Amino acid sequence: MVRCMACDLLKEKFPEAVRGVEEFRGETTVTVDKGQLRAVLKFLKESETLLYDLLVDVAGVDSGSGSPRFKVVYLLHSMKFNHRLRIATGVAEDAELDTVSDIWKAADWLEREVYDMFGIRFSDHPDLRRILLTDDFVGYPLRKDFPLKGVDFDKPFPVCLEEEKGNQVDA
Amino acid sequence: MGVANTAEASLQEVINWARKNSVWPVTFGLACCALEMMVASSATYDIARFGAEVFRPSPRQADLMIVAGTVTKKMAPMLKRIYEQMPEPKWVIAYGSCASSGGIFQTYGVVQGVDQIIPVDVYVPGCPPRPEGLLKGLISLQEKIAREPSGMRKIVSLPWRSNG
Ligand code: SF4
Repeated sequence: MVRCMACDLLKEKFPEAVRGVEEFRGETTVTVDKGQLRAVLKFLKESETLLYDLLVDVAGVDSGSGSPRFKVVYLLHSMKFNHRLRIATGVAEDAELDTVSDIWKAADWLEREVYDMFGIRFSDHPDLRRILLTDDFVGYPLRKDFPLKGVDFDKPFPVCLEEEKGNQVDA
Repeated sequence: MGVANTAEASLQEVINWARKNSVWPVTFGLACCALEMMVASSATYDIARFGAEVFRPSPRQADLMIVAGTVTKKMAPMLKRIYEQMPEPKWVIAYGSCASSGGIFQTYGVVQGVDQIIPVDVYVPGCPPRPEGLLKGLISLQEKIAREPSGMRKIVSLPWRSNG
């Protein structure tokens, strides 16, 4: 087993937050408690010995059933030490997750994408809107219960230019 | 009377001849098909032979919109705006399966054929079509332009414009 300094440090610092450490082909995943997620991530970024300063991606996972239903996964990279770490946390269907967009600026859009695709909400996010789909889109396409092609995907749809949107709001 | 008609007919012919040989496309590529469109303007395929090499960066100076690639529903308003900004007369080539019908992307995010939003003159099938396909599409469009009698081509106004 590859020694994982970050895991040891996390276990030491947040003994009750770390739910499990998994090792698969040299990649480490640490599952942490949802409530402590922010503190854990902040520590990982700011700790002098770890310095996970790059947030590579934030991804959502829908397990369909099971509880909690969703998982949100943070891929971290340390530019200085060239280390990678995966932090996962479980989110129930109606629960919110704390934003980390103030810790890594990159999280802003990444969290919007997770919201767009899974409908997972991030509390205190500065601008939680859909990012890839149109604003009037109904549903969250990467959820397991979303029909593969979407509903009425081939039907005509309204195309509104920006100024038309303004008119609609006024009217 | 007869003289006037003949004169008008030949004037129309001259106009059509000029229009069909200077179809300037707007620079507008959306996905993989756009690369084939770019190749069409290279020395090998040389779209300049048909008077359509002047890809205009501004829709205000363009006659033809080659919708080359996948049109997402998020992109649809921009596409429509560029189309509206082009002066009349204007033509549209739906280049590739994606632009013609949504192609392989039968999904919630992709417009299933650009003719859902703007009127299309020529469809070029293929994924992607070879540059020769675009040239053939362009020639078909030129034939269509040459056939256009005066006054046939209506000003295309999009629904909300006419509704006021
Ligand atoms: S038709 Fe094929 S090559 Fe063209 S944009 Fe679609 S997927 Fe790409």
